[in-house]
Amino acid sequence: MSLSVQKGKFIPRDREWQPEALTPAYKSSVKRSPQAALLSFPSTLSEETSPIFNNNILGPLDNDLIFNHAKPGESAIGARIIVHGQILDENGIGIPDTLVEFWQANAGGRYRHKNDRYLANLDPNFGGCGRTITAENGFYEFRTIQPGPYPWPNGGNDWRPAHIHFSIFGYGFVQRLITQMYFEGDPHIKLCPIVNSLTSKEAVDALTAPLDMKRTIPMNCRAFKFNIVLRGRHQTYFENRKEGL
Amino acid sequence: MTERLNNLKESPSQTAGPYVHIGCTPNFSSKSSYSYDLGKTMKIGPVLGEEITIVGYVFDGAGAPLCDAMIEIWQPDAAGLFPATNETRGIADPNFMGWGRSTSDMNTGEFIFETVKPGTVPGPDGVMQAPHITVWVVARGINIGLHTRIYFNDETIANSLDPILSQIKNQKRVETLLALKKGVGRYQFDIHLQGPHETIFFDI
Repeated sequence: MSLSVQKGKFIPRDREWQPEALTPAYKSSVKRSPQAALLSFPSTLSEETSPIFNNNILGPLDNDLIFNHAKPGESAIGARIIVHGQILDENGIGIPDTLVEFWQANAGGRYRHKNDRYLANLDPNFGGCGRTITAENGFYEFRTIQPGPYPWPNGGNDWRPAHIHFSIFGYGFVQRLITQMYFEGDPHIKLCPIVNSLTSKEAVDALTAPLDMKRTIPMNCRAFKFNIVLRGRHQTYFENRKEGL
Repeated sequence: MTERLNNLKESPSQTAGPYVHIGCTPNFSSKSSYSYDLGKTMKIGPVLGEEITIVGYVFDGAGAPLCDAMIEIWQPDAAGLFPATNETRGIADPNFMGWGRSTSDMNTGEFIFETVKPGTVPGPDGVMQAPHITVWVVARGINIGLHTRIYFNDETIANSLDPILSQIKNQKRVETLLALKKGVGRYQFDIHLQGPHETIFFDI
């Protein structure tokens, strides 16, 4: 018997660290938050397996939002940035070959979506949608423009901090995660009712990407680093089995 | 002072927001640079087993259907095998993806999956589980994605022996996990986020 890496049950989720379902300052959560206790049980194959995504689904510009919606010879308007990092599990193991999807508003804070009617203009050269598949050890990167902050209907004067939405898969479906990346130094972070669904400063910091000067391309593009941690599995030499067998 | 454990914390979840379509189903909201939306087609050729359609709505606590939700499902093929890299029991049907993604209709709220009736897979201690589909729901107002399962109301015996369903203390709530057969190969499965019919959600 060898060390059974990635064979144990999933480590239970830390519900103190994750946001509560009901956070009344974020008004949409009031009628959309379950109220009964969640049913807990050890993960089974249904949760320990996950779909496979191959690199052949990717187009050449899927990870380049500056150009993937732009007319030939043109590019999206805004501060050019690289977003990069590593997808890890809670045991610190990088997760390769997993699908990462991202979407965002343009530099003026407007989404290319029929339901977004914010008065900021659409950028004809910016779609706001990208994806990639992690490399060996879970590394990923993409290029985009820094999104703008924008107002949203919640309180009388709520503004979202600049953010990029992320959707991540992993190797077990119970790792499925959607989250948002914020930018270091944004004064809207501490004012936002969605950010404040998180109860600890450490949790907010975990979603706040620092400027990464080492990855900046001089005279071209700045960089922000955003690592994402998905749930991990118990790792044990000793398999779960009844004593005496 | 003891040595630090240095375990990593799971990244905190944040809501998918109202514009999840832009990133996950871009062809649903407008024309996109992707040729097709991932998860829209679960069958890429002739498949083994019974082909089924599951339709439903996600309702909020006021009984209104969500028109901005995204629902994903994950399941084995008709023989109970997952098309996953860590499936060690055999090779799944090569024409079946196992994973599907549907958004609720922007006007009516209806979601739809064209899939196959799943086979059975072992659960805790090797006891076979009733046929089921794993479900994950995100939307504006949902701070962390909700996990649940679809079981089938025409699998009475298998359901009665299922190790997960049988640990539900209030057995009346088991109904919230049952897709209702509406005809040959057609099922209805509604998800209630709150209220007297609140779906059982999982913490697995």
